[in-house]
Amino acid sequence: MIPAIETTGLVKVFGETRAVDGVDLVVEPGTIHGLLGPNGAGKTTIVRILATLERLDGGRAAVLGHDVAAEASEIRKRISLTGQFASLDEDLTAAENLTMFGRLLGMRKGDARARTHRLLQDFELADVADRRVRTYSGGMRRRLDLAASMIGRPSVVFLDEPTTGLDPGKREEVWRMIRSVSRSGGTVLLTTQYMEEADALADEISVIDQGKVIARGTPPELKRAVGGQTIVVRPRDPARLAEATVVVEQALHRRPDATSRDVLTVPVDDDAAFGTVVRHLEGAGIEMAELSLRLPSLDEVFFSLTGRRTDDTTDSPSPHTAQDDAA
Amino acid sequence: MNDRSTTSHADRAPVPDAPTGTAEPGSDRSSTSATVTAPPPETVLTPRGVIRESLILAQRSLTKTRRNPGEQMDALIMPIMFLVMFVYLFGGAVADSRDEYVQYLFPGILVMTTILAGLLATGLHINIDIKKGVFDRFRSLPIARGAPLIGSVLGDMIRYVIAVVTVFAVAYLMGFRVETDLASALGAVLLCVALGFSLSWLSVFIGVAVKDENVVTTVAFLGIFPLTFGTDMVAPKETLPGWLQAWTDINPVSHAMDATRGLLLDNPAAGSAASTAASTAANSVAESVTATLLWSAGFLVAFGALAMYAYRRRA
Repeated sequence: MIPAIETTGLVKVFGETRAVDGVDLVVEPGTIHGLLGPNGAGKTTIVRILATLERLDGGRAAVLGHDVAAEASEIRKRISLTGQFASLDEDLTAAENLTMFGRLLGMRKGDARARTHRLLQDFELADVADRRVRTYSGGMRRRLDLAASMIGRPSVVFLDEPTTGLDPGKREEVWRMIRSVSRSGGTVLLTTQYMEEADALADEISVIDQGKVIARGTPPELKRAVGGQTIVVRPRDPARLAEATVVVEQALHRRPDATSRDVLTVPVDDDAAFGTVVRHLEGAGIEMAELSLRLPSLDEVFFSLTGRRTDDTTDSPSPHTAQDDAA
Repeated sequence: MNDRSTTSHADRAPVPDAPTGTAEPGSDRSSTSATVTAPPPETVLTPRGVIRESLILAQRSLTKTRRNPGEQMDALIMPIMFLVMFVYLFGGAVADSRDEYVQYLFPGILVMTTILAGLLATGLHINIDIKKGVFDRFRSLPIARGAPLIGSVLGDMIRYVIAVVTVFAVAYLMGFRVETDLASALGAVLLCVALGFSLSWLSVFIGVAVKDENVVTTVAFLGIFPLTFGTDMVAPKETLPGWLQAWTDINPVSHAMDATRGLLLDNPAAGSAASTAASTAANSVAESVTATLLWSAGFLVAFGALAMYAYRRRA
């Protein structure tokens, strides 16, 4: 089977910088592949080369078996790109935007309108279809961007940081739609700075650093490789923190850290530990305000892979912990 | 994939299959497995394709103009301001009467109007579009590379119409009268539009080549002043200093000023050094029109090619 995306030794140079420095990728059709890395790692450049927006300086890249250098127009018929910034016309309404893109893809007016109508419903934008994109919230824009990407029924969808800047609730909404894009048969290549996002969506992850792939694997493989998961326990009654500490220590044979007056954390290596902790705490009858297994942040992933911190920490993800009543 | 989840939280529940629960985005594909090999939509890169795509994108520019009527003001205020200012401030001093002066001045202002409309809007819009990312999406579509540029320029032509009509109306209120006939007046307008259109490609080139939108506006103004004021627009050429006369002689916009005067006025000789004798007036109008059209064609080819080149490079 021809891979949806295949690159060998991909290189892109900007001046002195090797933005992409020998990247090999293979993405099987129908899967979601995540490019995980900090700002400036080269993720966006890889996507732009594959979407035929940027010329490569070395190596080879093919999308659906078509060479990006030689058969760009063949590729453009079969892909879509959603950039980091909502790439829509702000002065037009959602419906006008989608119809325009449909028409540019060769649809007749009526077909483009029908397709627009359908997509706006699918992406839950039907009631704001005639509002200018200018007035949209961040989450609505991302959804519309995704809808615009689906207009031409692309076989490969490139999503460049599809949820950057969205708050967690909106992020999950967009994730849900990305999953359904993939389920309808398309291949998705997405870039992200969030381990959480790569874990939630990707079948396979490539970790990118300074233009190179420094690790790859399925999310479980990657998590095993980097370790660094943490169980976070917050008793409903802060007075019972000491009691909880003892219970957790007995369960895991490992001393938890009291990170604040009412929270304790304990690093764990395998996923089963979480269940053990849950059972022990339930057995002890300690009610929880928060109980979560936190994934390593991108920063922690990087630290364990490279031994150094990512340069950019401003965009580091807020750990998505469930703040809810635990039974 | 759910191994990080907590015990029984609602937001960890399995996510419904599709946004609406019934339909998936893009799910009107015939079948899932066919997707990867599905034939792409019928899009061919042909001259007809370029025209079709450019017109679709011109439609977009038109809609934007309709939604932002305020943006028109840039291209309207300047010519009207100069018209009013020169006629009422200097008209009495420069010519025998204000009525006479408005007849002299307006044909030049008409040229200025379309040059302004051409240089001010399109390049700036394209510059902003490129930064906002909508051009990235255009470029990743299987459409002609130049279509977004051509579409923007074509769509912005409505601005010339609005500007010319408004400026004409103001001049009429100020006492300007067409001394020839309707056909000649229309000819003058079309000529001005042709010149403005061809010069708009200069602004497109700058808009594509330069990152900072302020630079785009600055360069446009830097071009507008020598091109329009370095002519006999406001005063007869003989009254200008020698160095300015030299520039006026080579400034292509001078031809357009001569041509519009010839097309709008009975006796344009008063202002035009080119036509010294009444008998040669008709000839010299034809010459000025031809010269203007040739220059416009030259600008169109040169700046159009530069713009396309810069656009391709800014991939």
